[in-house]
Amino acid sequence: MSEASRALHEPWPSLPRQKEAVSFGVWVFLASELLFFGGLFFAYTLYRNIYPHGFVIAARETEVFFGTFNTAVLLTSSLTMAVAVRAAENEMRRLTFWCLVATAALGIVFLIAKGFEYRDDIVNRLVPGPDFKLHEQGAQIFWAFYWIATGIHAIHLTVGIVIVGIVAAMLHWRDVPLVGPKYEGVALYWHLVDIIWIILLPLLYLVGRAT
Amino acid sequence: MTDITLDRLPQAEPAPASYLTEGHTLASWLLTKDHKRIAILYALAITFFFFIGGLAISVVRIELLSPHGLMLTDEEYNRLFTLHGIVMVWFFLVPSIPATFGNFLLPMMIGAKDVAFPRINLMSWYIFMIAGFLVLYTVIAGGVDTGWTFYTPLSTLYANGNVIAAAAAVFVAGFSSIASGVNLIATTHLLRAPGMTWTRLPLFVWSIYATSLVMVLATPVLAMSLLLIVAERWLGLPIFNPTEGGDPVLFQHLFWFYSHPAVYIMILPAMGVASEVIACFARRRVFGYVAMIFAMMAIAMVGFMVWGHHLFVAGQSPYANLVFSFLSFIVAVPSAIKVFNWTATLYRGSITLKAPMLYALGFVGLFTIGGLTGLFLASVPVDIQVHDTYFVIAHFHFIMVGGTVSAFFAAVHFWWPKITGRMYPDSWARFGAMTTFLGFVVTFMPQFIMGYEGMPRRYHIYPEQFQPYHVISTAGAMILAVAYLLPLFYLGWSLKYGKPAGDNPWQATGLEWKTTSPPPKENFAQTPIVTEDAYQYEYEIYKDDGS
Repeated sequence: MSEASRALHEPWPSLPRQKEAVSFGVWVFLASELLFFGGLFFAYTLYRNIYPHGFVIAARETEVFFGTFNTAVLLTSSLTMAVAVRAAENEMRRLTFWCLVATAALGIVFLIAKGFEYRDDIVNRLVPGPDFKLHEQGAQIFWAFYWIATGIHAIHLTVGIVIVGIVAAMLHWRDVPLVGPKYEGVALYWHLVDIIWIILLPLLYLVGRAT
Repeated sequence: MTDITLDRLPQAEPAPASYLTEGHTLASWLLTKDHKRIAILYALAITFFFFIGGLAISVVRIELLSPHGLMLTDEEYNRLFTLHGIVMVWFFLVPSIPATFGNFLLPMMIGAKDVAFPRINLMSWYIFMIAGFLVLYTVIAGGVDTGWTFYTPLSTLYANGNVIAAAAAVFVAGFSSIASGVNLIATTHLLRAPGMTWTRLPLFVWSIYATSLVMVLATPVLAMSLLLIVAERWLGLPIFNPTEGGDPVLFQHLFWFYSHPAVYIMILPAMGVASEVIACFARRRVFGYVAMIFAMMAIAMVGFMVWGHHLFVAGQSPYANLVFSFLSFIVAVPSAIKVFNWTATLYRGSITLKAPMLYALGFVGLFTIGGLTGLFLASVPVDIQVHDTYFVIAHFHFIMVGGTVSAFFAAVHFWWPKITGRMYPDSWARFGAMTTFLGFVVTFMPQFIMGYEGMPRRYHIYPEQFQPYHVISTAGAMILAVAYLLPLFYLGWSLKYGKPAGDNPWQATGLEWKTTSPPPKENFAQTPIVTEDAYQYEYEIYKDDGS
């Protein structure tokens, strides 16, 4: 069987059509994801409007070093992901594989850094509750958003790492065809997770840093 | 002699291969990627949940016979109506038509072999079942008492029930909605048969398409609002807690941003069903086909901008109230266009009152009453008077039960011959349709009156002046219960003893009728080529063979 016929599944008449469908489906799903985070960003906007001062005080407590480092890591992972898609299109099996591995590895680096950051946050008493560090009105709400937003992002990233890992493993051990639609679908999701982080960075780390 | 007799015996025709004969093991069903089998799996699951939700409300209705309460504590009463709401909304109404008939028919109506992503389709059923088990766990663990709306700070700080499990169930069910929505949108865009242009699609396809858009764009917001509740209740992260400066009304905004469009998730597919059935049994092309499409898309879009009418008394600014009131009135325009067009389709039609048609006509009437009373509620001064009363309950039950459930039954009866290959006894079905209508009206009409007179929702101890209305309503609910149980018997009977239906028992147009009943696994022997618009009924006369 040729590569193309092995990648083709029911009910599709042709591979280009199937590829189009997978990208289209993922785009529709991404629209859904945007609305998901949209709910969160809406709530954040509302509270930041009510408690501008509290949010500035609270945001100064975030670890901007980790935030910046992780942004760099995630942007690099998007690069390797994009290269993986191009490599798959050009049927460069080894390059595709290693780029996928690098993408997943960078994702794991992000999570490890995030773990260290969480430890510092906990040590600094930045978990909302009775012995929360700050007393400014709204500071607890900011930190509630910090934990929820970064937590949900980390879950998304973990899902991404697992999927990229599976795709890489299948490429390595199962000899799956490179012409299939899955690489672009995975990449779209990965880039979304990256973009969400790029929005979270200013909302959580950069508020009030300039003043 | 014997030879001759044998010759004259009708030869047993080999049953044509159908999706039902593709495998008889349990695994062939549970691991199927066939959209038709997945639709059947959904149908079984939602039927089960429909009766769970129905059981809960039956107990509630019996409790309400007496103004002092009959047998339940406050807590039990709260948990029962909450169970009814959660199960009916997310485990029956939202998936009802899209996940069963949408799944089964949409690929057939556009001439496709299957949905765009068959594996994701199966996965979404499993996700739905996980959500279902979470709901059952919630019930067994003692239930939840927040009402289906999960309002804060009750749900986050004060409620005693299993809020987290219930919220998790709804959250997970949302994934299944989104997956189905993505699948059906992609199918409609990319798998239409040659010649099946957008303006040749049956209106049912358009309705499922519009519904899927709403599912994909509204459900995630509900997911986020439930997640915030869980974060606050479980992890103590203050989002809505007023003592930390949070705003409980924010939850209402997020919740209704989903839950108002959710009403359109429920009603749009019902509109699609009504269009198919009415066109077939009036033997006419749907009046204003293009206007119907625009009306559905307008409902789907404007439906996203009206959520604030649930917050007229929640301290929303008068300016916001004005805007939301205006937009809520605007939604009535495309809805009215649809009602007028159905009526105009009937005008000078050659009408046959078969069971599906009776259900569909019931749908139009009840939906119209539900829609018109919605205008009362869109008006701020009237809403302030009747907010959180039985008037609201009656209004949305006219839409969701009178509308969606009637249309669901219309769909069951209309496509039953296609899905199972068997005819059901029409007289029983017509009796069922009339009983449904009667039971429904008796149940909910009195609720308009007592609501207008001030009977609040969610109370089981009430002033004695309301007792007669409650008694009538409960009597109606019992009729309704019989009407809902009835099809189980005659449809079940027809599976074994029903007359074979033939490919097209209603002489309907539409690609799904051009293949065998029940359809083969690939739906069509070869990909159909479409050369005409939908509903070409003009020159045909429906011949009733008296079955």
